[in-house]
Amino acid sequence: MALENADIEKIAVLARLQVTHSETNDYANSISSILSLMDQMQLVDTDGVEPLSNPHDATQRLRKDEVTCDNQREAFIAIAPASADGLYLVPKVLD
Amino acid sequence: MTNKTLVQIAKDLAAGEYSSREITQDTIADIKARDSIYNSFISVSEDLALAQANAADARLAAGTHDILTGIPFAHKDLFCTQGHTTTAASKMLANFVPPYESTVGQRLLSAGAVCVGKTNMDEFAMGSSNESSFFGAVKNPWDLNAVPGGSSGGSAAAVAAGFVPAATGTDTGGSIRQPASFCNLTGIKPTYGRVSRFGIIAYASSLDQAGPMCQTAEDAAIMLNAMAGFDEQDSTSVQQETPDFTAELNLPLQGLKVGLPKEFFGPGLNPQVAECIMAAVKEIEGLGAQIIDISLPNLELSIPAYYVIAPSEASSNLSRFDGVRYGYRCDQPEDLMDLYCRTRAEGFGTEVKRRIMVGTYALSEGYYDAYYVKAQRIRRLIKDDFARALSQVDVIMGPVAPTPAFDLGSNTKDPVAMYLEDIYTLSANMAGIPAMSTPAGFVNGRPVGLHIMGNYFAEAKLLNIAHQYQQVTDWHLQTPTSNSLPVSNQGKGA
Repeated sequence: MALENADIEKIAVLARLQVTHSETNDYANSISSILSLMDQMQLVDTDGVEPLSNPHDATQRLRKDEVTCDNQREAFIAIAPASADGLYLVPKVLD
Repeated sequence: MTNKTLVQIAKDLAAGEYSSREITQDTIADIKARDSIYNSFISVSEDLALAQANAADARLAAGTHDILTGIPFAHKDLFCTQGHTTTAASKMLANFVPPYESTVGQRLLSAGAVCVGKTNMDEFAMGSSNESSFFGAVKNPWDLNAVPGGSSGGSAAAVAAGFVPAATGTDTGGSIRQPASFCNLTGIKPTYGRVSRFGIIAYASSLDQAGPMCQTAEDAAIMLNAMAGFDEQDSTSVQQETPDFTAELNLPLQGLKVGLPKEFFGPGLNPQVAECIMAAVKEIEGLGAQIIDISLPNLELSIPAYYVIAPSEASSNLSRFDGVRYGYRCDQPEDLMDLYCRTRAEGFGTEVKRRIMVGTYALSEGYYDAYYVKAQRIRRLIKDDFARALSQVDVIMGPVAPTPAFDLGSNTKDPVAMYLEDIYTLSANMAGIPAMSTPAGFVNGRPVGLHIMGNYFAEAKLLNIAHQYQQVTDWHLQTPTSNSLPVSNQGKGA
């Protein structure tokens, strides 16, 4: 399936990626060729085949709802690109 | 100390031939002197390494050491190292210093191993040639015009160049086995869930698995002993007893049933690589194995299905890089959306962005069933193929890659051509079975690896086979530094 530049622009918004006009062309071409590779899958009959999401068909292991480690707020906030008073800083969201 | 095996260094350390501090200092000096040729390291962790080496020497003196105590090794720069930068070879994490250690790293440190630095890789482990690194491509020590393979290309080059006897790698679709094959190493991708993923930067969580890259199967077994084991902190870690992976190394191969899938020997396979593989299979037959023709009919579908599933999981995993909590942040964001979009556009490289977009598309409304769920159904067919084959045979053998290491720059323009290189490795990740590469010859001076795949949790069997093969061949003993022109296909094995 071939993608148009408009499709790439829409996907880029969903993926939170800014793309320039020239990049849009490149991505439309390369992703279209990737999608045509994927179209091989459509030739196979998979009716009744259960999707496999974990190689062992395992489901999420649960643990007891209890505190397992100390609060490490200082260590984690220390590596943030912008913070103040133990909070992450982002551009203003509400006026 | 160039190209000494882990076992040899352990003996030297135990005998007091040199101290861990001495070999660590020599290793770091060697990297500083020679790695500009290969670019296999992104960073060297000198201060941490020397502190670890001093502690190791104290353990050696006190007699409380383990076989890995004092041995220098390198981590793929995807493993979080507490207090030392962990970049995933991306501008996004170029200055990221993790506040915690990966479980694998912690296990190796507890054993007393000394981490000398972090190796280069494809950005976020997305690639088959180590050319997508923000820190530049890695050169193959066997031939500086060739790629080392990917994504664990820096780990492979670092061991092949003789800097360290062992390095960690991760394998989502072949990223341990293919660089091991291209650089004449022994590398194993364990069963999915055997080694904890905690603290390893995620690419595709249902496929990712870490493992060792070494010169010999014995060294790989020793490394895997330290790396493997159940971990509460990884929700997909399997609750299976961890055996001693060295225990079966010396078992004879008499009566072993080896399956050769016809799909691994199709028209895409380089004929000289096929010759190396068939010579290796014949050698293993000579050790008492029985060779049986088998079929894995859905092999070809592993490429499209993998390149839906892996990018889909990646698009979800990499959504955490938002310029807020850690990593790169763009200058002067206008608003929150601009912060996200520009941070990610500037922080990620082209291939990473391409895979995020492919994954985003495959998971988007209206396409989810046609792409993502379809790929998961095909994944089941691939798992079933292996189950059927492994009910007839003990292990499966074939080539790791269709060609020896290709030239730098030869596949970078066409992502689909690069993806097709992964034809023989992807299916083991899709099924979650263990698989490894062991040196099996050379084509025009470039190494070729023999691919050995087995049933779930059969790592010890795979290592046993590789070890027995290494007892009767000398491919794994060839090094690029000791022998610039390998004696092509004239080892004892050919």
